[in-house]
Amino acid sequence: MRTTITTRSVAASGAVLALALTGCASSDTGDAEGSSAETGSSSVTLVTHDSFALSDGLLDEFTAESGYDVELVAPGDGGTLVNQLILTKDSPLGDAVFGVDNTYASRAVDEGVFDPYLSSALPESAAAEVPAGESLTPVDRGDVCINADLAWFEENDLDAPTTLDDLADPAYQDLLVVTNPATSSPGLAFLLATVGAKGEHGWTDYWTALSENGVKIADGWEDAYYVDFTGAGGAGDRPLVLSYATSPAFTVTEDGSETTTTALLDTCFRQVEYAGVLAGAENPDGARELVDFLVSRTVQEDIPGQMYMYPVDGDAALPDEWAQFAPLADDPFDVDPAEISAHRGDWIETWTATVLG
Amino acid sequence: MRPARARRSRPPVARVVLWGLAAGVPLAFLAIFFAWPVLALVGRGFVTDGSLDLSGVAEVFGESRTWRLLGITLGQAVAGTVASLVLGVPGAYVLYRCQFRGRTFLRGLVTVPFVLPTVVVGVAFRALLAPGGPLAFLGIDQTFTAIVLALVFFNYAVVVRTVGGLWERLDPRAEQAARALGASPARAFRTVTLPALTPAITSAASLVFLYCATAFGTVLVLGPPGYGTIETEIYVQTTQFLDLRSAAVLSVVQLVVVAGALVTADRTRARRENALGLLPEAHGGRRLSLRADAVPTAVTAAVVILLLALPVATLVTRSLHAADGTWTLDNYRNLATTGGPNALSVTVWEAAGNSLRAAALAALIAVVVGGLVALVVSRRPRARVGRRALRALDSVFMLPLGVSAVTVGFGFLITLDRPLGLDVDLRTSGLLVPIAQAVVAIPLVVRVVLPVLRAIDPRLREAAATLGAGPGRVLATVDLPVVLRPVGLAVGFAFATSLGEFGATSFLARPDTATLPVVIFRLIGKPGAENYGMALAASVVLALVTATVMLLAERLRGESAGEL
Repeated sequence: MRTTITTRSVAASGAVLALALTGCASSDTGDAEGSSAETGSSSVTLVTHDSFALSDGLLDEFTAESGYDVELVAPGDGGTLVNQLILTKDSPLGDAVFGVDNTYASRAVDEGVFDPYLSSALPESAAAEVPAGESLTPVDRGDVCINADLAWFEENDLDAPTTLDDLADPAYQDLLVVTNPATSSPGLAFLLATVGAKGEHGWTDYWTALSENGVKIADGWEDAYYVDFTGAGGAGDRPLVLSYATSPAFTVTEDGSETTTTALLDTCFRQVEYAGVLAGAENPDGARELVDFLVSRTVQEDIPGQMYMYPVDGDAALPDEWAQFAPLADDPFDVDPAEISAHRGDWIETWTATVLG
Repeated sequence: MRPARARRSRPPVARVVLWGLAAGVPLAFLAIFFAWPVLALVGRGFVTDGSLDLSGVAEVFGESRTWRLLGITLGQAVAGTVASLVLGVPGAYVLYRCQFRGRTFLRGLVTVPFVLPTVVVGVAFRALLAPGGPLAFLGIDQTFTAIVLALVFFNYAVVVRTVGGLWERLDPRAEQAARALGASPARAFRTVTLPALTPAITSAASLVFLYCATAFGTVLVLGPPGYGTIETEIYVQTTQFLDLRSAAVLSVVQLVVVAGALVTADRTRARRENALGLLPEAHGGRRLSLRADAVPTAVTAAVVILLLALPVATLVTRSLHAADGTWTLDNYRNLATTGGPNALSVTVWEAAGNSLRAAALAALIAVVVGGLVALVVSRRPRARVGRRALRALDSVFMLPLGVSAVTVGFGFLITLDRPLGLDVDLRTSGLLVPIAQAVVAIPLVVRVVLPVLRAIDPRLREAAATLGAGPGRVLATVDLPVVLRPVGLAVGFAFATSLGEFGATSFLARPDTATLPVVIFRLIGKPGAENYGMALAASVVLALVTATVMLLAERLRGESAGEL
């Protein structure tokens, strides 16, 4: 009896292993074909972050039009992605890249990661987002803003704050949680918002005021939003949190009529995500076609539903509820990308010394 | 026919070749998939414009912050290790030496935290401790204490399983003899059992130390704002400051810390590791006696209930609730989707399939490579230099646990494009995922199998050889039967580690083959009650899969015991 059970379980685990092996083996051969030299010209590899998504069938349309299969590689996001591109510039991970944003782009440009390419397919309405040097093509954008739990403010009979200065007002003492710019991308974006708003010399004073007003710091966004924030279903005690302009669209009530949180649009930093052609790409033509495809109207209108970013094409149709719950800021703060590249390290260090002491 | 003496001084070529292969295959594997990537990346940090540049070293060590980080790292690792050992050894006793109903279930339960995704657990933990949470009165939100408790949560299983695996097969007669001669239970434990357990305890301690020193997600979520260790600083320097030079120096510091810990563990082990009176099969243990075993039982009950079951139960309960607080299975139903506003590129079930496939392959690699390492290291060559070499081999395979996933992951990217002239870009092929997981699972396999192999009395092998058995036969009749059971455990551990591996995998997974921990991290990084609920539900699924795998591994070894 024992022997049979043993044999059976051994056989079963053997079968699982065999399945796994064949599963992996078959997908590997597929990959090997895709990246091998003879067939290299018929596929194009897009290096991106893991939130890249398009509706089913959209990439097939690209394949049908261009003749290139698209392979996706997602080794990281934000600074991780940029540093990976820099490290692999002599042997790039793919042909095109999507997802480098304006807080990191100039560093990668300086390192010679890209083969400069500004898509001619880019609509006129996106001209404002084209980076200096025109080596990358803007694809989508979004704002990092303070979010407020409207229900909390209603219950406590307090008007929600609207500006950066309000956040330092004693009326809002101990109500705000933001993230550490050294460990979190939105944290860095908000630091940049304050640099943009208060200037290179005024921002530290602003943070001193925020500290005195009891700002709480979390190391990660998920930590701040899901634990400290009152508006995300948890037991948090902070009704103001650093998040995105699109976040209120995730807190819409069951009937879809309203949202329980709102973004403070006068506290925002604009993030723009770019696509580009990697220097040394095996298939630069395919890469350029793919970048063109990303700014085509079809993809631009698909982006909000799939990646929850605003298309860079100002004329692309938006989902109805976006205007209602997740509008972009009219006039977000910005900082010259070259300045960001030059001072990122100093600013984070100064911030750490000022706020964490 | 050569005389026997000549044969001893010059072993047959075949045997040399076989042992050479047994050591060479694992070494080659480690060299390609660990040493080369890490050295290449660290090397880049020390080379500017083609020439050696050590200015980064002076710069990094000139900053007081570096020394503070080093102190915090050591403090955190020591505190986490000591706490895990103090609480885990009684647990090993209760769960592996005593009999009671529900023991198998408990053994599975304590393993669950080991593979839970650290960020989700961190958030769930903090939800208990933060102002407004049920445990807010403890006042340990965002403190060092919270980190240490979480480290115990994750590493308890390592201690219980590693120590328990040896303890259950320790011949109880030695301790009984001590007791019969009048020693108190405490004295008998201290003078007889504890020394016998030392190899397993040091094994567990070195593993836990490495895990604690390199903890990442836990530290960021639960620590005080701005709290940092060498591990988090390498991440920050690499991904935020884009300063590879500082990251390289810190990686070397990390290697030194880890090497120091391994040398210490090795010294302790070498002094203690002797042939033990091991029983060929698990000794069923005696019935748990609430009076005689009051202390270990109380400690274990407290740890299991407060530190393990409570957070896990909170996680499970929360996963069964909607945002408005009503009970629901929606979070589990949603696992068949890609999340609120398409947070994911594959459904959670697809990711679970990817995880299982990758982990099965990783476990296979880890058991083969780790088994070979354990086998080679367990030999006792006559030459001193040979013994030294084997001990070094043992330590070298532990290194992957002590090196930052960022260093390894980035190292892969700069070395494994068309490695060894192959026409496959390994970096993007997806094959690296199970390999990277195997690299971190191998040390566990070695640590689980080695103490048992080493404890085999060499005289048994000698006797078998004297009676005419060839080396292969000696292995098959002496080593293999004893080793089969820990191999079952090793498979389980390797599988569990691979399932839970996040760091290196996150740099390698392709969007269409994302693994479970990767999608969980993705979900918790997005706003929305649906995504948060799914992250919790997916974590519960990961925990269930892991517990099942561990229980199966446990069963395999339990069943085979009857045949020996």
